[in-house]
Amino acid sequence: MVARSLLTVEDLGAAGALRILDLADHMAEVNRRPNPKVPALRGKTVCSVFFEDSTRTRLSFETAAKRLSADTMTFAVSQSSLNKGESLRDTIETIAAMGVDAFVVRHRSSGAPQLIAGWTQASVINAGDGWHSHPTQGLLDAYTIRTALGRTGGLDGLRMAIVGDVKHSRVARSTVAIMRMLGAHVTVVAPRTLLPPDTGDAFADEVTDRLDDVIADVDVLYLLRMQQERMSEALVPNLREYTARFGLTPARAARLGQQTLVMHPGPMNRGVEIAVDPGELSGSVITQQVTNGIAVRMAVLFDLLGSGSPAAATTDDIREGLTA
Amino acid sequence: MAADAPENVGGTPVEPGAKQVLGSDDVRRAITRMAHEVIERNRGLDGVVLIGIQSGGVWLARALGAEIERIDTAVPVGAVDASLYRDDIGLRPVAPGSVSDLDFDVDGATVVLVDDVLFTGRTVRAALDAVADYGRPSSVQLAVLVDRGHRELPIRPDFVGKNLPTSATEEVQATIDGVLIS
Repeated sequence: MVARSLLTVEDLGAAGALRILDLADHMAEVNRRPNPKVPALRGKTVCSVFFEDSTRTRLSFETAAKRLSADTMTFAVSQSSLNKGESLRDTIETIAAMGVDAFVVRHRSSGAPQLIAGWTQASVINAGDGWHSHPTQGLLDAYTIRTALGRTGGLDGLRMAIVGDVKHSRVARSTVAIMRMLGAHVTVVAPRTLLPPDTGDAFADEVTDRLDDVIADVDVLYLLRMQQERMSEALVPNLREYTARFGLTPARAARLGQQTLVMHPGPMNRGVEIAVDPGELSGSVITQQVTNGIAVRMAVLFDLLGSGSPAAATTDDIREGLTA
Repeated sequence: MAADAPENVGGTPVEPGAKQVLGSDDVRRAITRMAHEVIERNRGLDGVVLIGIQSGGVWLARALGAEIERIDTAVPVGAVDASLYRDDIGLRPVAPGSVSDLDFDVDGATVVLVDDVLFTGRTVRAALDAVADYGRPSSVQLAVLVDRGHRELPIRPDFVGKNLPTSATEEVQATIDGVLIS
């Protein structure tokens, strides 16, 4: 049997997403304990394979695996035989041969995790691929909104605006997809040059290039990182103009509702997309996003790796599970 | 007693093929008796806390706690989720919302673990590990509404509402409204 993988939030569907979010409540409780560790994934090995820079996602996954008592391995691309010309496939198959239950993969090319999932029996978790998908970010964003607003079911009727470089953002793709799956109404706010070519009803409920038109009416304001390298591609005239039209300035912050959540996937460009101190915004949940990331990634690992059937278990346990 | 045709004592619909072995009055009486036993065994109830095992033990822990408070004095009641400690992880789904809830100190307490049905003992084993992660109780006792036998581990209850001989293939459901076998 080929192990299950998490490649996109779309694969999960609304029911699968809610299953992970419910599970994350259990994991968040573990994380609040003085000794935040449970034996749930003892004997499982999780290998992170990051072909692209990341600190928070890699550390978050490793912390999550350790809190579930899994063993962790880190594949450092810069010190690897990839530099000697070994192919990606050979590298993955070599690591898999050491006995890995899950690969956590980040790659600059869209679709790399899908390829890897086809080469190995282990579970593959997409930790971000190109401009395509970043499913655990979408899940942790949904979880953060759900816990901050105290909504345990779906997010029907919630109004969210996502602002910035949507075109190059796998975060935007995954977060918009999961929020809409859970019933939220999502408005994309971006300059035309930073919109993906497929932006239509299938992508978001509304598209605008005027942040000021929507900022007072949203429950969640989600700011994307303005990537510096876009400047050289002349997609926006300059950062100051971007901030003036799309940044969260003090004037715009004053127009936010009292309960409006402000979110950012990090790393933040202070003074660009966020020109106020997020610590002074009553609705900022940017820190909670990072904290919740661990619980959500624990839930994903447990959901994928905790579902094997150990030989020692008897059918009685299943039956007891049904009645108790 | 139990062999009779299902009689709808508790008010819940009895599914076809299910046999009601305890009605709601029987359950209430059993809880009252167990409450007296817990009080008698732990004179003064000093340091006694009730911890229901998620999810079936939680209603029973609350009912037992309410009864103990009525008879004597209030004791803290909490809940523990043992699903991340099981030796058969994956065979039973983690029930949504059944999160551990222990807002009191377990260190040095006399913990009464509470579950609705005691069967193989594996859930209790996992719950003991879970409670140990919150602290070191001075002792742990076990209260169950129904002991149906078929233990696979050296675990025995201290307080039992009803000993119920069953076959391993039967299912036992225990609620405040009664106990059903199917």
